[in-house]
Amino acid sequence: MNQRQTNRASKPRLRPGILGKQALPWVVPILLLIVWQWASSAGILPSRFLPSPRAVVSSFIELSASGELWMHVRVSTLRALSGFVVGGGIGLLLGLLTASMHWAEVLLDTTIQMVRNIPPLALIPLVILWFGIDESAKLFLVALGVFFPVYINTFHGIRSVDRGLLEMGRTYGLSGWLLYREIILPGALPSILVGVRFSLGLMWVILIVAETISARSGIGYMTMNAREFMQTDVMVVGILLYAILGKLADLLAKGLERYCLRWNPAYQAAQ
Amino acid sequence: MPVTFSSREIAPEEERCSRGISVAIRNVSIAFAGRTVLENFDVEISAGEFVAIVGRSGCGKSTLLRSVVGLEKPQSGSISLGKVAGQNGRPDVRVMFQDSRLLPWRRVLPNVMLGLEPALIPQARKVLAQVGLAERAHDWPATLSGGQRQRVALARALVHDPNLLLLDEPLGSLDALTRIEMQQLIEDVWRSRGFTAMLVTHDVAEAVSLADRVILIEGGRVALDEVVNIPRPRTRGSARFAALEERILGRVLQRRLPVEGQW
Repeated sequence: MNQRQTNRASKPRLRPGILGKQALPWVVPILLLIVWQWASSAGILPSRFLPSPRAVVSSFIELSASGELWMHVRVSTLRALSGFVVGGGIGLLLGLLTASMHWAEVLLDTTIQMVRNIPPLALIPLVILWFGIDESAKLFLVALGVFFPVYINTFHGIRSVDRGLLEMGRTYGLSGWLLYREIILPGALPSILVGVRFSLGLMWVILIVAETISARSGIGYMTMNAREFMQTDVMVVGILLYAILGKLADLLAKGLERYCLRWNPAYQAAQ
Repeated sequence: MPVTFSSREIAPEEERCSRGISVAIRNVSIAFAGRTVLENFDVEISAGEFVAIVGRSGCGKSTLLRSVVGLEKPQSGSISLGKVAGQNGRPDVRVMFQDSRLLPWRRVLPNVMLGLEPALIPQARKVLAQVGLAERAHDWPATLSGGQRQRVALARALVHDPNLLLLDEPLGSLDALTRIEMQQLIEDVWRSRGFTAMLVTHDVAEAVSLADRVILIEGGRVALDEVVNIPRPRTRGSARFAALEERILGRVLQRRLPVEGQW
């Protein structure tokens, strides 16, 4: 512990070189923004097609001041996360089951592999028929889309747990739950987290489409609604919100990886 | 780092044998996919004995070790381990593998504690100190060197105070210096605790320097069973050591056996 703390303290965090490195990824987006603003102001880019960045910002401020924006963000986030929890949870459990029990693999894996090849979004007409445009429709679509990456990576993770470690665990008297907790789950975790990270990205993609097609609230609804009134600034705010939320989800997944896999030098070096 | 033990002198004979158990391997045959690895294999090992098993790659020496701990099931024959007092008479058998097989997601101390109650932490720390890694207790295995990892693996086996320790080429992947250090450590621990030890190795010199008895496996059978009559601590340079090593190595390499009683 001591050693780690001194390591961290001695790491020079704000050297100019590091600062430069941190600023570098933002050079291109900022440049794009400047060009965009210039093109709008110069009249090259009519606001009918794309509003100026300034208009987007003021629209953002307006929408958030009225509270409308946050209402939509809250609704969308709630949908995304609950779909993720349901689909990811089932994927995790089924993945653990089919990877651990041979009969479960024989029984379920073929079916799951067949269903996997159907794009969840292809089910939208059927889903609207079943659930209408209720919350349950969005929940179903997100959960379905998120299920497969988590399932497949969990299955793969458990199957690729180091056999040598399993053997060692057995000679040390571990079996059943103890073997699971000490060796199988931690061994499968890197792969499971890959599935989680992939799912978090997919979660937004599916939700955006679902909300755009059928919803009465949420960011997708806000964007589609704005289209009816040609409010391009609101549309861009919605699109940018998805980008930000997607990035946040990815940061969450990365943080999770970094914490859960801190024993792994590959993830320490990634800092 | 130097590893020192309080009891460098040989412990009294009866005390030394207190932990060890006998191993009787009778008529054991093991085959994989039709290929016979061991055939009617017979060996008796007495309590507290240090036996080295040598042979060419694929001769079945690792399979023999694995069958003793139950990782392989013999098609015929029996392997019986001596009984011990307490623990329902079930002896404690531990294995050290060629790779350390530490759990990479557990720090050093929890690795040593694998399968133990938290109440035994002081014990685990003591053993870790014995192998010279007390100050690495809270490090990740990934930050240790190969030799240090094997020491942790040794500590993990020793914390159970085993009756039988199986060593499946545990030093095979270490550099020469670390190897000698580890051999010393293993011999010291064996002498102070008196468990029975079975060491599988490629290295005849290692076998001669550590074991009471060297068994050569060839064609799935015992081809040579040689008692090492060199007093401990053994020095590699000595004439008797060199002669015995040469004799066994010659036999492994299928050279003509020198006349009995050369040394």
